[in-house]
Amino acid sequence: MTPLDYDFLRKCLKDRSGLVLSADKEYLVESRLLPVARKAGLANLGELVSALKAAPQDALMTAVVEAMTTNESLFFRDKTPFEHFRLTIMPALLAARRASRVIRIWCAAASTGQEPYSLAMSLKEMASEIVGWRIEIVATDISNDVLEKARAGLYTQFEVQRGLPIQLLIRHFTQSGELWQIAPDIRAMVKYRQLNLLNDFSQLGTFDLVFCRNVLIYFDSETKTDVLNRLARVTAADGFLVLGAAETVVGLTERFKMTADKRGLYVPNTSAPRLATAGKPMPRLVAVGGR
Amino acid sequence: MKTCLIVDDSSVIRKVARRILEGLEFQIVEAENGEDAIETCQRDLPDAILLDWNMPKMDGYEFLRLLRRLPGGDKPKVVFCTTENDVAHIARALHAGANEYIMKPFDRDIVEAKFQEVGLI
Ligand SMILES: C[S@@+](CC[C@H](N)C(=O)[O-])C[C@H]1O[C@@H](n2cnc3c(N)ncnc32)[C@H](O)[C@@H]1O
Repeated sequence: MTPLDYDFLRKCLKDRSGLVLSADKEYLVESRLLPVARKAGLANLGELVSALKAAPQDALMTAVVEAMTTNESLFFRDKTPFEHFRLTIMPALLAARRASRVIRIWCAAASTGQEPYSLAMSLKEMASEIVGWRIEIVATDISNDVLEKARAGLYTQFEVQRGLPIQLLIRHFTQSGELWQIAPDIRAMVKYRQLNLLNDFSQLGTFDLVFCRNVLIYFDSETKTDVLNRLARVTAADGFLVLGAAETVVGLTERFKMTADKRGLYVPNTSAPRLATAGKPMPRLVAVGGR
Repeated sequence: MKTCLIVDDSSVIRKVARRILEGLEFQIVEAENGEDAIETCQRDLPDAILLDWNMPKMDGYEFLRLLRRLPGGDKPKVVFCTTENDVAHIARALHAGANEYIMKPFDRDIVEAKFQEVGLI
């Protein structure tokens, strides 16, 4: 791969998925994309780049983007966000949405499903408090490969042992050969769809809670700001945003503010100027707060 | 420093588990079977027990039932660590008072996650 080939691939990835790669990540690109090239019958990355240039909208580009995403996820990853969910977010929403009895949750980089299923299992544990409520979990990701795995809900013995308490494993999973499959009632609580966070997502509607974890870390700060500002537009004024442990809104947007003592938990900043910081013109403004 | 009793008839498994748990700042005591383990516990109760199921003399399940009847025997956090990886075994273990359950093969991440789960890390 020539330096020009590498620059071309970096630009493709930045434009299509937001992924920023520093100049020294050539080895990573090679190790992840060589199998993609081989599978397409191409001898090396040089040939892959030529093929991408010839047909940039081809499925090959999708395969390249998907191969470069990092899909690592865990059940109840980092624990605290799920404590916030149980102890802070849900009690607040159950009080605030008493009239409508509808709560909408979005996992914006759901990967192989551990995150939305962790939320779904947590909801099951509070079954008695949510009788008669409609709680929707929308889970999206740029990669169709991971969504396919998420929908199937099949995990290895290794995957179900990191983060998932044993009680929840035996309550919500069945054994299927070497694998463990999450129960149909939990699977039915989550609706998956493919979605690129770089694109407009206002059509998803307004959410009471957005989990957007461990994806902004791959973006440059301009992209982070853009995504966060657009997330603010689909988050209810009294809703919540949860970011990953290495992510923040600080220095990126005024539309969300940190909560005093809950790490990783953010709320819309209703005093921030709404339109002044809009990076790009929006196709439609979602009414925030006027539910 | 918290103490962990490793009960397994395989010296290799004990060695691997010891290395992992020492890395997680536990002080280690070892036993080869349930009988030895009960004797150890009668002398001194550890904070945690990593427990194999199938062992000669006394298996892990039997050990657990005896342990929970000892004075103070409800205190140690018991984490099974076994090749018995079916729901029936897991349910039996939990019913007998196990706190967590590791299905072999295991690695450091799994041990760490499970010891976090029982509140010892
Ligand atoms: C490391 S995983 C995070 C999974 C989960 N949120 C967690 O914290 O465990 C990152 C996910 O972000 C997805 N992703 C990367 N770029 C994206 C984009 N532009 N739009 C939507 N998803 C993206 C990847 O496909 C990957 O599944």
